[in-house]
Amino acid sequence: MIDANEKSSVIRMFHVHHNYGIQKALIDITLDIPKNDFVFITGPSGAGKTTLLKLLYLAEAVTEGQVLIDGMNLSRVPRKRIPLLRRKFGIIFQDYKLIANRTVFDNVSLVLEAAGKKRRLILKKVRSVLRLVGMEDRQTALPLSLSGGEQQRVAVARALVGDPKIILADEPTGSLDDDSAGIIMDLLKDVHIRGTTVIIATHDKDLIRKTGGRVLFLKEGRLDTSSFVEKDYDNSIF
Amino acid sequence: MTILFFKRAIEDFRNNRLLNVVTLLTVSLSILIVSAFVLFFINTSEIMNFWKKGLRVMAYLKADIPGSELLDLRRQIQTLSGVESVIFISKDDAYKQLKAQMKRQASLFDNLDKNPLPDAFEIRMSPSTRSWEKVEFLATQIESRDEVEEVEYGQKWLGRFTQIFDLFTLTGYAMCTIFFMAAVFIMANTIRLVIYSRRDEIEIMRLVGAAERFIKIPFYIQGLLQGALGACIGLAILFVAFLFMASNIERGFFSGLFNIQFLSPLFLGIIILISMLVGWLGSYLSLKQFLKG
Ligand SMILES: Nc1ncnc2c1ncn2[C@@H]1O[C@H](COP(=O)(O)OP(=O)(O)O)[C@@H](O)[C@H]1O
Ligand SMILES: [Mg+2]
Repeated sequence: MIDANEKSSVIRMFHVHHNYGIQKALIDITLDIPKNDFVFITGPSGAGKTTLLKLLYLAEAVTEGQVLIDGMNLSRVPRKRIPLLRRKFGIIFQDYKLIANRTVFDNVSLVLEAAGKKRRLILKKVRSVLRLVGMEDRQTALPLSLSGGEQQRVAVARALVGDPKIILADEPTGSLDDDSAGIIMDLLKDVHIRGTTVIIATHDKDLIRKTGGRVLFLKEGRLDTSSFVEKDYDNSIF
Repeated sequence: MTILFFKRAIEDFRNNRLLNVVTLLTVSLSILIVSAFVLFFINTSEIMNFWKKGLRVMAYLKADIPGSELLDLRRQIQTLSGVESVIFISKDDAYKQLKAQMKRQASLFDNLDKNPLPDAFEIRMSPSTRSWEKVEFLATQIESRDEVEEVEYGQKWLGRFTQIFDLFTLTGYAMCTIFFMAAVFIMANTIRLVIYSRRDEIEIMRLVGAAERFIKIPFYIQGLLQGALGACIGLAILFVAFLFMASNIERGFFSGLFNIQFLSPLFLGIIILISMLVGWLGSYLSLKQFLKG
């Protein structure tokens, strides 16, 4: 399973363990995510899905094992370079994590400002990405005046605005009704088609069935390879 | 980019208005007290210098001391520490001077058949001889000489004033230190509360790849702005109080003797800079403590 062509994989994990104190959250995870993959990480609540994503964007450090992103070993990334690593990702959360007292526009532009981009480029990029998610009319709105689905669309815009190589989404539709969830998943599939690697953690089997894509199954911190084929849905179902 | 940071800092000002107003007032008050002290200190030392410049010790000599001994004595006084110059004033010179000063009462002198004045040395102190004790010590040393009849020097009250002034200076330094630390502490506390109120935002900024510097700069700007603004308010209040007092004093007892003055632009600049340093330091301390990364 690891003998996939190394050049084409963006994320690799080798015998990764993660403990919170004595609590083992991930046990001996070895996996490989090729470039331009569209992959679900699923499993029951508490299986370690969120933890696995956190290891990728270095919100948590591995207890044991190796994580490679673009061939870069995360345990060798110095603290000061963590922001640079994070700019490779666009991250989407169940609770949107928008800044409440900043407008839609400012929430999205933050990413480019933090990356030190020029004002004119920021203006152009933010507008186009807000148009993409259908929120161009709400630029000056504050997040709390929006519906959950709209807030998540803004969050998707924020995740996309920096043209990241990889989208990480942790239960992106967990707080949304079916229609809003559908819009979000369509957006994620669009960016996948345009060449971005998309990784979605969710416990929602229906969502996976409806969307289609590769599935990694986590159970009590272990990768469950036995259920791999069974869970490997095809886009044609959709 | 810089505009953006200022915008964020000012946004914070608005979002935590009460907190920031209280901090601003504390900084203003500290600056007011400290700069009032500085103002008092500058003006009093001006007055003290004015008096000290005229500070001299007169040593009146016994009659009929031979010229060689005079030279000798003069050389010895010259070597005493704190002495800047020694001028011999003969009794004849003194007599002429006195007569010139008292032209109107010239008739008084007609009745004198001989000059009643003694020879004297006028000893001027070097400006570095600031302490009153040194002057007194010098005077006793000179008085102990056989050739010297009597020593006369500055008014006793000036000596007492010097002591009070020294005490005041010491208290002033202590006060400045305390207010400086209090201002830093309060500033740090404010920034800490602002950080706390923005902790979600900071977490989000980190998640989208903002560098620590990017996250921290608005807090520093906020501290610097508060320091500068607080200093300006404090100094403005001091200036109004100064105008009020100055007009009273100049019309009163001291009028014409010397003019009291406000802090020079240089001092104003230094005070504002120090106040900004307070703001910066406050931000630095709480950022160091609460934004470990
Ligand atoms: N910050 C934490 N401290 C301690 N234990 C944690 C922490 N985060 C998660 N865990 C534990 O690690 C395990 C995996 O959690 P998580 O990765 O959140 O699972 P999932 O996202 O699949 O629901 C759970 O048992 C959870 O209780
Ligand atoms: Mg989770």
